[in-house]
Amino acid sequence: MTAKPLTLAEKVWNDHLVAKGENGSPDLLYIDLHLVHEVTSPQAFDGLRLAGRQVRRPDLTIATEDHNTPTWDIDKPIADPTSRTQIEALRSNAKEFGIRIHSLGDIDQGIVHVVGPQLGLTMPGITVVCGDSHTSTHGAFGALAMGIGTSEVEHVLATQTLPLKQFKTMAINVEGTLRPGVTAKDIILAVIAKIGTGGGQGYVLEYRGSAIRALSMEARMTICNMSIEAGARAGMVAPDQITFDYLKGRPHAPQGTDWDAAVEYWKTLPTDDGAKFDEEVFLDANTLDPFVTWGTNPGQGVSLLDVVPNPADIADPNEKAAAERALEYMDLTPGTKMKDIKVDTVFLGSCTNSRIEDLRAAAEIIQGKQKADGVRFMVVPGSARVRLQAEAEGLDKIFKDFGAEWRFAGCSMCLGMNPDQLAPGERAASTSNRNFEGRQGKGARTHLVSPLVAAATAIRGTLSSPADLEGAN
Amino acid sequence: MEKFEVFTGVAVPLRRSNVDTDQIIPAVYLKRITKTGFEDALFSAWRNDPEFVLNQEPYKNGQVLVAGPDFGTGSSREHAVWALRDYGFKAVFASKFADIFRGNSGKQGLVTGVISEADTEKLWQAIEANPGSSITVNLVDQTASIGDLIVHFDIDEYTKWRLLEGLDDIGLTLRDEQAITDFEAKREAWRPKTLPARN
Repeated sequence: MTAKPLTLAEKVWNDHLVAKGENGSPDLLYIDLHLVHEVTSPQAFDGLRLAGRQVRRPDLTIATEDHNTPTWDIDKPIADPTSRTQIEALRSNAKEFGIRIHSLGDIDQGIVHVVGPQLGLTMPGITVVCGDSHTSTHGAFGALAMGIGTSEVEHVLATQTLPLKQFKTMAINVEGTLRPGVTAKDIILAVIAKIGTGGGQGYVLEYRGSAIRALSMEARMTICNMSIEAGARAGMVAPDQITFDYLKGRPHAPQGTDWDAAVEYWKTLPTDDGAKFDEEVFLDANTLDPFVTWGTNPGQGVSLLDVVPNPADIADPNEKAAAERALEYMDLTPGTKMKDIKVDTVFLGSCTNSRIEDLRAAAEIIQGKQKADGVRFMVVPGSARVRLQAEAEGLDKIFKDFGAEWRFAGCSMCLGMNPDQLAPGERAASTSNRNFEGRQGKGARTHLVSPLVAAATAIRGTLSSPADLEGAN
Repeated sequence: MEKFEVFTGVAVPLRRSNVDTDQIIPAVYLKRITKTGFEDALFSAWRNDPEFVLNQEPYKNGQVLVAGPDFGTGSSREHAVWALRDYGFKAVFASKFADIFRGNSGKQGLVTGVISEADTEKLWQAIEANPGSSITVNLVDQTASIGDLIVHFDIDEYTKWRLLEGLDDIGLTLRDEQAITDFEAKREAWRPKTLPARN
């Protein structure tokens, strides 16, 4: 008798089962890695103190400062007193509970979802949680990685487990070869536009197919990162040689015989032939264009070659009302060519697109070119190490020569908790993950784009792809 | 957590879909390190608009929200639940909720009931026909009622039980402590450890 064929997500789930839920109660799952940052943790630590509880496994927990941290003058005290208080609370909580922390100025400081993989802590077949919805990023390694709320942060700190309801599984099949100028970001924006911001609700997504297999680890992270924007609890990619090569030799990657044992196990993780997904979605990579958003949720996107849609053409009444409202907020008229939309600011950064490959790709486009007049271009590396690496490669010089702001690592303008915000009415092409009303500043307007589109847009001043640059200055 | 069985309060119609957690509470309010006092932050951008529903007299003291589909999408911030709770909301109804928001709600005693889109429209119409009217949320029977209109809502059995009993998750899990310890004893050596730090 052969065992029932299983999906990647089911295998990781089963291997973390501490107690099987009975009579409708959830399963209790063990958590291998808990990432902590300053915004969603203070109330959790407070809860522990009130209940007289300890952190069960400080050795499976790591903290970094990212959401609030300034990206200029990082050696000076944080100007905003509320931000400073929150950072100080994280530092004192880490000290009190014996948790490793990478503070502003530390070489391993950075966006929590950039730091985990960089240190080799994120690996296939593990469970990862963090009080941040973009924890789905780590699924790129074949880990089951989920964003959680503060009560759950407290729960994991106290017990190293989480009660979780079994998810449904959805295969996102992306077959074919991406054309030049089309990237992982365009794939995920197209997927979200296709299934909607609620399309993944209750599901763990598995990204599959030849186009996914061909992607680097960093590109896979971009895709998994935005799984939450489709409403999914997690997104995953099966581990393969690209995963193992990325991990090997990183500070916390297994070593020696542990490495061999790990790889042997990791090779058993990919979804079995014949395993059934609850839902399947197909996307053709061959015909994909650069993708950008026009509205105020990440599902409101179109090809860059397209026009701003007309709400009158939308059948679903809720979608139609949302589109009308979005166009009013975005100050856009149906039928306008996406490429005619002028921006004030270009933001290259966030846990979606701030890794070294993103910076390299953008730098290659702008090198030797002139920035559009009046456009502000902000480059925020995802971590202190990414910044150092970029500087070692001379990318900082390319950005600075172009007229971009070369900043220190953090979440920055993705959510504007620090001073990096747009002014009311300002319009940005942003490599981040959310175009919600007010996300990047009160009244600010966001178009989500890939690093390549961001770079080309900074040159032309209107939403553009590298293909539009032929002959430009 | 307080037990929840039956609650009657002022119903608020929020005729919007995709109400993301950045709208429920903008990031600027996330810098606080307390778990209470977020009532001023709830829908703060929208509340600048005098036409916004919570600025209308009969709805100012709203306690039960009836919203469009995909409520609570986006960021995992539990502050969204705290803001609703601190404002006075005890229950939210919608045809679809984002998973993380729904999980967070269950931990804080906020009932999130799934109703059909047709029932959402019925509730909206009943509330708007008589602004300020009361709605009764009966968690035992899983119904929401305004006058003669009775609507069934879905909630998972486990969350329902925890809300009815007012049970705290950590305490429940710690009853399985031996199972956790047993699991830890079998964990493979290759799994990640953050300490001692290597860099």
